[in-house]
Amino acid sequence: MSEGNGANGNSTFDVIGKPVQRLDSLGHVTGRTQFFEDVNPAGMLHLKMHRSERHHANLVSVDTSEAEKVKGVVQILTHEDVPKNWYTVLTLINVGYPEELVLAEKKVLWYGEPIVAVVATSERAAREGAAAVKVEYEDLEPIFDVEEAIKADAYPLKPHGTNYFEYEGHHCRRVRLGDVEKGFAEADHIFEFKYQSKPIEQAPTETTGCIVEPRHDGRLKIYSNTQAAFFTLDNTALILDVPFGKLQVVGGTVGGGFGGKVDVTVEPITCIAAMKTGKPVKYVYDRYEEMQISSPRAAERIYIKDGVMNDGTIVARQVTLYADAGAYSRHSPYATTKAAAHMPGPYNIPNVHIDSWCVYTNRTPSSAMRGFGVTIGDFALETTMDRIARALDLDPLQLRLKNAYRDGDMKAHHKVAEGTALIEVIQKAAEQVGHELPDEYRAMSSKEAR
Amino acid sequence: MAKLRGRGYAAVNYPTGMNLGGDPTQALVHSTTTGNFVVSLSSVDLGQGLKTVAAQVAAETLGLPYENIIVDTADTDTGPHCMGTFASRGTHRVGNAVIMAAQEAREAMLAAAAEELEVDAEDLETDGTGFIKLKGSEEVKIHVVDLAMAAHFKLGRTIAGRGIFLKERSYPDPETGKMDPDSAQAHACTVADVEVDDETGVIEVLALHNVYEVGRAINPRMAKQQIEGGAWMGISHALYEATDPYYPQRDHGPRDFEEYLMPGPADNAKMESDIIEFPAANGPYGAKGIGEMTANAPIPAIANAVFDACGVRLIEMPFTPESVLRGLDELRASA
Repeated sequence: MSEGNGANGNSTFDVIGKPVQRLDSLGHVTGRTQFFEDVNPAGMLHLKMHRSERHHANLVSVDTSEAEKVKGVVQILTHEDVPKNWYTVLTLINVGYPEELVLAEKKVLWYGEPIVAVVATSERAAREGAAAVKVEYEDLEPIFDVEEAIKADAYPLKPHGTNYFEYEGHHCRRVRLGDVEKGFAEADHIFEFKYQSKPIEQAPTETTGCIVEPRHDGRLKIYSNTQAAFFTLDNTALILDVPFGKLQVVGGTVGGGFGGKVDVTVEPITCIAAMKTGKPVKYVYDRYEEMQISSPRAAERIYIKDGVMNDGTIVARQVTLYADAGAYSRHSPYATTKAAAHMPGPYNIPNVHIDSWCVYTNRTPSSAMRGFGVTIGDFALETTMDRIARALDLDPLQLRLKNAYRDGDMKAHHKVAEGTALIEVIQKAAEQVGHELPDEYRAMSSKEAR
Repeated sequence: MAKLRGRGYAAVNYPTGMNLGGDPTQALVHSTTTGNFVVSLSSVDLGQGLKTVAAQVAAETLGLPYENIIVDTADTDTGPHCMGTFASRGTHRVGNAVIMAAQEAREAMLAAAAEELEVDAEDLETDGTGFIKLKGSEEVKIHVVDLAMAAHFKLGRTIAGRGIFLKERSYPDPETGKMDPDSAQAHACTVADVEVDDETGVIEVLALHNVYEVGRAINPRMAKQQIEGGAWMGISHALYEATDPYYPQRDHGPRDFEEYLMPGPADNAKMESDIIEFPAANGPYGAKGIGEMTANAPIPAIANAVFDACGVRLIEMPFTPESVLRGLDELRASA
């Protein structure tokens, strides 16, 4: 591991800790910042997608003949035009296997899944062409609920035959510390709670998109608002089945990301369109696509069971978390592991049992969003802390301070805690709002072993 | 019918870096003959200020003014590899890579200055205004612009450096979940004050009091922007947003900002935000990063404040007026 830096060890700095003006702020507020859509190469074509109008169905036929007749349409792309049509972005870091399709082949797993790409000389013609594609479906029963999806008799959505991601042979990512049943047996009180969230959109001002320009040297220049230039380059090259060196990604100015621009959903098909036509091609989501097609934050269902002593000491916590990945993995298997590692929250609990499930349903694939794998868990954990405090008639901050993790504590995922400061932020917040704490709580420190 | 006020609390932690590591970032730093130093990256600034952080870190490490730093980023042909801007990794990974590159460039700069001034490099220091000078002397010094010209045209020296940060990949134990997922944990506590209208079910967030510990705030103003922008996002998550409002059903999905509501300026809360600093051993100048965590604590703090105000326990997000009214109905029915 590379060593981090306190650099010269100075406690006084010239530039660090100073509120210098953001380098890009004047450009933003005067409208001079260049975004990817400010690139406007001559002869640029536009790509629009014909998408599934079913939640779950077999494709009986796909007829593009009417689309070809639309004035201005120059290219129609189906799955047969995609060199490596099956992909999963996380295979780059050795998580999962190719299970999503750039363009649908035999079936669709969600309402909005891309089936046919239409490239035309204007955005309007591309839209009209996409609308003229005719698809015949054979409907299948959709699965929308995570606990329905994991039932033994549920229709398997995935090639591996289950509706959950398998973690090294397990149904879910597991974290185990101590003996949770023993903890429950010893506890004075048992609490059991259930929480639920719904999908949330990153809602950036600038929608997801790219412009791909074929270069004179045979390379493709991709102007993109991706949050991860090389991650997008690498995944795109794998789908195109070309050497990485054939691609260049240029970006760096993003009108809001929040995790919504790491999925590599627009660049590969736009590159294919540019290669087929030899022309620059633009593909940018409209607002509807950003809202309903791009990956939202997963809905989560979380069950928490706590064993607590009369004085508020939490002696056991069991969490079962279901993340609704929607139809495809995208980044969800990563976040489910992250969610497991985040539990049982910033508290020192000796007996912990975590099952964190990544579940597939017939819904828009969910993926990264600010606080990925953590935000909804924190809602469940901190609501639970409040409910315990209420039930035992304890001060809500004292309950947290009593259980707060400290440097040297063993976390549930068997890593020794360091750099902890939960106690200190709580003490400071109490001071900020005039919430009085007894001396023993004001004297607590994250640096002192309990 | 009444407006009921309540207060709620939440305290959280948040991990720095791509979960389980294995997410390198590189930086290159070189001086042009203008005396400006270019920081070459492929990292993406999402509007949160990553370029500014990179420039501040480079200036501090080089010992030069912030104005001398040019950040050139997000072109895969000219910038070295970065895993991307996500997982609260930008400040930590990019910052550490820039420090390493800038330290090497600083050594090259001092070596060139030593040759030009005919002194030992160890006896030189930077004064933060652009001069490299002999310690304890006001006369023996050279400005970085003159040095950059001399290094290139006279001394035949480059002034450049390379940096990388990589946390090795951790693989979780499938049975116990033993793993090393993060580089640091940042912390926050939010206290929410709300007012609940028991006739309409509408929740108004009156104030959010925030305390954050993020190692070190490289730029306190930008850190505060993250805290308060994220707190706004937390209010929005708590009270407004869902792409499937009748989850698990898929109908009535909002299509645009007419249908997908978020808090407007009048719906925002009064904010009070403090940052306390406990520098992290592995962070750039002690920074842990603050990118993602800021929407998290406000949500349960608001839920807990609503309970304090009216006795309704909200267990499904978002907390719609309907859910508050149904909760109040249940309370009355069981009273």
